[in-house]
Amino acid sequence: MLLPVPDEDGTPFWEYAARGELRVQACAAPACGRLRFPPRPCCPHCRSFDSEWRLMSGRGRIWSYVRPHPPLLPAYAAQAPYNVILVELADAPHIRLAGNLVASPDAPLDSVDPARLRIGARVQVAFTDTGGTAVPRWLLERP
Amino acid sequence: MAATLKDATAIVGIGQTAFAKRLPQSEKELACRAILAALADAGIDPSEVDAFSSYTMEETDEVEVAKAIGAGDVTFFSKIGYGGGGSCATVGHLAAAVATGQATVGVAWRSRKRGSGPRPWKNTAVQLPTPGQWTRPFGLLRPADEIGMLARRYMHEYGATRDHLFNVAMACRNRANENPAAMMYERPLTREMYMTSRMISDPLCLFDNCLETDGALACVIVSAERARDCRQRPVYVHSAAQGLPAQHHGMVNYWNDDPLSGPAWTAARHLWKQADFGPQDVDVAQIYDAFTPLIPLSLEGYGFCGRGEGAAFTEGGALEMGGRLPINTGGGGLSEAYVHGFNLINEGVKQLRGVSTAQVPDAATCLVTAGEGVPTSAILLRA
Repeated sequence: MLLPVPDEDGTPFWEYAARGELRVQACAAPACGRLRFPPRPCCPHCRSFDSEWRLMSGRGRIWSYVRPHPPLLPAYAAQAPYNVILVELADAPHIRLAGNLVASPDAPLDSVDPARLRIGARVQVAFTDTGGTAVPRWLLERP
Repeated sequence: MAATLKDATAIVGIGQTAFAKRLPQSEKELACRAILAALADAGIDPSEVDAFSSYTMEETDEVEVAKAIGAGDVTFFSKIGYGGGGSCATVGHLAAAVATGQATVGVAWRSRKRGSGPRPWKNTAVQLPTPGQWTRPFGLLRPADEIGMLARRYMHEYGATRDHLFNVAMACRNRANENPAAMMYERPLTREMYMTSRMISDPLCLFDNCLETDGALACVIVSAERARDCRQRPVYVHSAAQGLPAQHHGMVNYWNDDPLSGPAWTAARHLWKQADFGPQDVDVAQIYDAFTPLIPLSLEGYGFCGRGEGAAFTEGGALEMGGRLPINTGGGGLSEAYVHGFNLINEGVKQLRGVSTAQVPDAATCLVTAGEGVPTSAILLRA
């Protein structure tokens, strides 16, 4: 499986993920404070270079999803067709995270019945250790 | 000096190689053959070429091509970013260069061996830093997966169905069936074939995806004045635009307030502002079709219908010959050849010359677009 290769701006996200925390970059200018994703050096609203990483509740809704079928890279083909979901965060609906809906944090990417995939479904984040790197996964709030 | 690009330049030559799953020639040879064919079509000697424009993911560069075809001194060259989003910008850049006196004879080209060559996204490791770190680990690996995500949301928000996507695939295939140069010539598509074909990235099936093609195309641009002395009827570059919307994110445009309003909208605003006519006056359109959902999204972006109406627009044969807006009359990327959209430019020229294999009677205006989803470009051509 492909592991994330963080760039300088994205590194904190993955460091917090390793601690089981879903955090999103926010402008640290007192008059602004807007969240932004993907992370970047400066705030597109007030152009401040001061940022902080704000803890999210980890709740969200499925905004959209796809089910990739082969041809795919071998590790993904082995689990195909799996789901990739885009989750809009309850705390900030314009922040959307790609991820996978799974039956339990360590379950395979095809572990949820495709019939359960629905735009608008409520989900909750969980973290999975994949080869030493923690990545967010998503569980249905009402399994 | 012209204050506007409007009709200041014209496409006077087009050339192409065969399109096939596998061609024996190298990309460089294919590029040279297409360029020399376009210059011969225009009746211009290769030694007169002094401008080149291409777009990224092009493996043949202007240094090698200029040397091989025997161009003279070159005073303008550009390479536009974002792969298929740059196709029409090559014409726009050359038109600007010629209209402002930076060059006199410009050549744009695309040479690809995607039918037999490597797939760029197979080497996924190089794509993992931003934005790949946010998508690739989760198995969002290919352009089809990335566009499929937007397509599913579009279907959910606006009631678009697979039947609408089929309308797009069918219109392109029907035109390819009339075009002997198309890879899908005489290979009809049926609704049953479409609905039972294998999924690539659900909701997108095999026929929602473009072809994989080896081949090359080129076109030649000169001033309107010079064009009058060329061999072919000039096709004027009426308007040109690029589009990179605020807060846009490549082909994964998931992180702004309105992900379904893509680069087409930005390019369209400038394109129409500079034009003497509007969408209702377009006789035929060549709309970038790497994936079928790009057509309804583009129809909305370029103003042929309102927001959310793109899928319904495809009903009742609107995209077919004699319909409200015949599209991709050579077969497009879905059924003629996928050469990163350059075939759409040349097909637009054929329509306005009156020589298309699916000729729209008296076509005098044509919209050509580049890849939607990535930073894009578009041109308006007129006879």
